[in-house]
Amino acid sequence: MIKKMVCIECPKGCLLSADIENCKVVKVAGAKCPKGIIYAAAEAENPSRILTATVLADGLDIKLVPVRTDKPIPKKDLFRAMEEIGKMRIAKPLRAGDTIVDNFLGLGVKLMATREANR
Amino acid sequence: MFKRDLVVVGGGPAGLAAAISAHENGVKDILLLERDQYLGGLLNQCIHTGFGLDYFKEILTGPEYADRFIQKIQAIPDIEIDLRSFVVRLEKDKTLTYLKPGGLHTVRPKALIMATGCREKTREMVHIPGTRPAGIFSAGLAQKLINIEGLLPGKEVVIIGSGDIGLIMARRFTLEGAKVKAIVEIQGSTRGLMRNMVQCVEDFDIPVYFSHKVLKVHGKDRVEKVSVAKVDRAMNEITGTAFDIPCDTVLVSVGLIPENELIEMAGVAIDKKTNSPVSREVNKTSVSGIFVCGNSFKVYDYVDSVTADSELAGKLAAEYIRNRR
Repeated sequence: MIKKMVCIECPKGCLLSADIENCKVVKVAGAKCPKGIIYAAAEAENPSRILTATVLADGLDIKLVPVRTDKPIPKKDLFRAMEEIGKMRIAKPLRAGDTIVDNFLGLGVKLMATREANR
Repeated sequence: MFKRDLVVVGGGPAGLAAAISAHENGVKDILLLERDQYLGGLLNQCIHTGFGLDYFKEILTGPEYADRFIQKIQAIPDIEIDLRSFVVRLEKDKTLTYLKPGGLHTVRPKALIMATGCREKTREMVHIPGTRPAGIFSAGLAQKLINIEGLLPGKEVVIIGSGDIGLIMARRFTLEGAKVKAIVEIQGSTRGLMRNMVQCVEDFDIPVYFSHKVLKVHGKDRVEKVSVAKVDRAMNEITGTAFDIPCDTVLVSVGLIPENELIEMAGVAIDKKTNSPVSREVNKTSVSGIFVCGNSFKVYDYVDSVTADSELAGKLAAEYIRNRR
């Protein structure tokens, strides 16, 4: 089975066609770089995205601390992750890149701050 | 009044890159004016990824991209940074008047770099008829409310225009629990990147109406619905195709225009159509010693290009100051 998809790794947006056999990608055409091949396999087998959101700050110089997952998480977990992020509060100053949660939702990814926050 | 070698107006990606580059090219007396209370400009509200692929060969969010330059500029003692400083007047001899908590100040630099960015086109500029109730926002304003202020502007949203900011806000509203009822685009295809159609729209099954336009916004106090119809090639309504979409919020995402009123005040020639300075060379203007960089020079697609051209502006300003002596 051939599955067509647009690569989202960079703004070029290569149109990929992934040849899928038994739920596994066996061949990818249309990718202008190696990232596209990895993307096509992930997209066909377990589509995932980097999640970016904000966490409420408590007593810091910004109201919200922007956060991201360091690696993509499965698409099906995005809303569960948002729910969890909605419950969190950050009261401790931090710098861009600091880890907030180490093994976020047990998914093996870090939730990290993307902006400095001070008292 | 005091004097400086170089003043940079704007502490977003353009101003930061220009000031750092001017310093690297030998300018040691620099004042950077920023009207907000933070450096980083618009990048602070662009919390999504997609920045830095060209410049840093990494995928960064807006705040991370800004942070790299903020850390760098803060480590340079020769660059004085004045936050909450709002320039209100610019004269032909480059004298700037700015408001800052505590008073009104004037400064005359040898060279001036304007990095004032751009602003969003409004509903009025694209002629969307109807009432003027609460609930109509430009996409970037909604982005600021959600990502900086922590306020959700509405629950049922229709987005007019399919530029990248609109697409990104469609995803952001959805993740925050609002329902994006439609994206209405008058052209036959998206104005944004395909990757954003995939990760912001298709991922969340948001309906997109290409070759459609909003005929009217309804609602007295708050937006109640919009009327939408299909358009022909001349972008005129095709009769009999109109339908209503109930919603409480309308986002207008129809493009950006450079913000250049200050240099216009100083007599710099402005192209009335694009609101960019009239220029034959990147970053240069009709007045020597006044440079413009970043989105106030022209609206760039990628912040990476803003950085590259602003670094050039810093270099040009340094050369100008050197040759002036």
